[in-house]
Amino acid sequence: MTARDAGLVACQTCGQVHHKGTERCKRCKGPLISRDQQSLQKVWAWLIAGLIAYIPANIYPMLLTATLLERSESTIIGGVVDLMHYGAYGIAFVVFFASVVIPVGKFLVIIYLALSVQNASQANQHGRHKAYHMVEFIGRWSMIDVFVVAILSALVQLDTLATINPGIAAVSFALSVIFTMLAAQSFDPRLIWDVDRTSHD
Amino acid sequence: MTDAQPHLDDLVACPQCDTLHQAQNLPEGSRACCQRCGQVLMSTQGTAVARIIALALTAFVLMIAAISFPFLSLNAGGAQNATSVIDAVLAFKDGLAFPLAVAVAFFIVVLPLMRLAALIYALGPLVADRRPHPGARFAFGLAERLRPWSMAEIFIVGVTVALIKVAGMATVTIGPAFWAFAGVVVITILKDQLICRYSIWEALDQARI
Repeated sequence: MTARDAGLVACQTCGQVHHKGTERCKRCKGPLISRDQQSLQKVWAWLIAGLIAYIPANIYPMLLTATLLERSESTIIGGVVDLMHYGAYGIAFVVFFASVVIPVGKFLVIIYLALSVQNASQANQHGRHKAYHMVEFIGRWSMIDVFVVAILSALVQLDTLATINPGIAAVSFALSVIFTMLAAQSFDPRLIWDVDRTSHD
Repeated sequence: MTDAQPHLDDLVACPQCDTLHQAQNLPEGSRACCQRCGQVLMSTQGTAVARIIALALTAFVLMIAAISFPFLSLNAGGAQNATSVIDAVLAFKDGLAFPLAVAVAFFIVVLPLMRLAALIYALGPLVADRRPHPGARFAFGLAERLRPWSMAEIFIVGVTVALIKVAGMATVTIGPAFWAFAGVVVITILKDQLICRYSIWEALDQARI
């Protein structure tokens, strides 16, 4: 039996159970929502914003490098290729994973979760719940590349000898990560589990 | 549901799938999981409020050190440049990227500090067996809500990647702030593992009476 079926509503911040219709949690003062009716709408909105921001993040340069001899710009993928040239395959893999595999994987998983809830799918609830946890847990790690750019740009400022400055892609990439984190947080995991209850009970 | 409806305070609704359970006293060292989706609902190790406070205080002091001391410095061909954590934030201060400087400042310094301060404020009086401060429950809720946005551990991995990128071109010296920041990360992870939301909410409730 769920809290909703029992005419109760649970606080999502602290877990305190209240009678239906209570507006604020008596313990932590958080808002009480039994099921967020607009959950999926918010998920789609943030997700689309994240997808849009991800496009310039890949087209424009992340890093602007200037040395005595040359000026160069590198994109996300360019940075990974550079690392492989230095022979740092492990690190190249970490950056590739954080900047390409995680964001793309996250887009796909969130789309799958949202579609499956919309179609009232009953398949593989445990698997989808795990996928949701993965997305929530791992999404933040995409920020690695933004921090790499920050520390490189702060560190490599040797006047005319060599300077590194952040490119505009850093901003759109950070936005993309923030938007997809918000998309994952807007998703109400209870929706995954509601489907077969309404059909069984 | 039957007539003998249990008191609301004794019920636990799974935060992930909304299944209702009745709270029970757990034996030491065990944990209770949701019958349906397997989410951990409570665990007894989390009652160690004193340890959480000790770790939070340590992390707070280390964080102050991490933003005050030199973080990294770079040497190449006679030129030198030293960087602090604040400089890393300010890397984005020019032009369009300015909002990103603010965001990065929040992710790596402000939010981690806010979480620690909120925890110390909320749980400190419990250690001394006093009544919680007004707003203690709000502070603890805030610390939990901010968890995904506090990205100190991601920053330190980013720094490692950056170090490998420049290591070939120049000599990098690691300053004391680097080690302090690494300490913050390790201690914060240890502390977060000790936090059992349910036990702490219960502890805050019982202290109120």
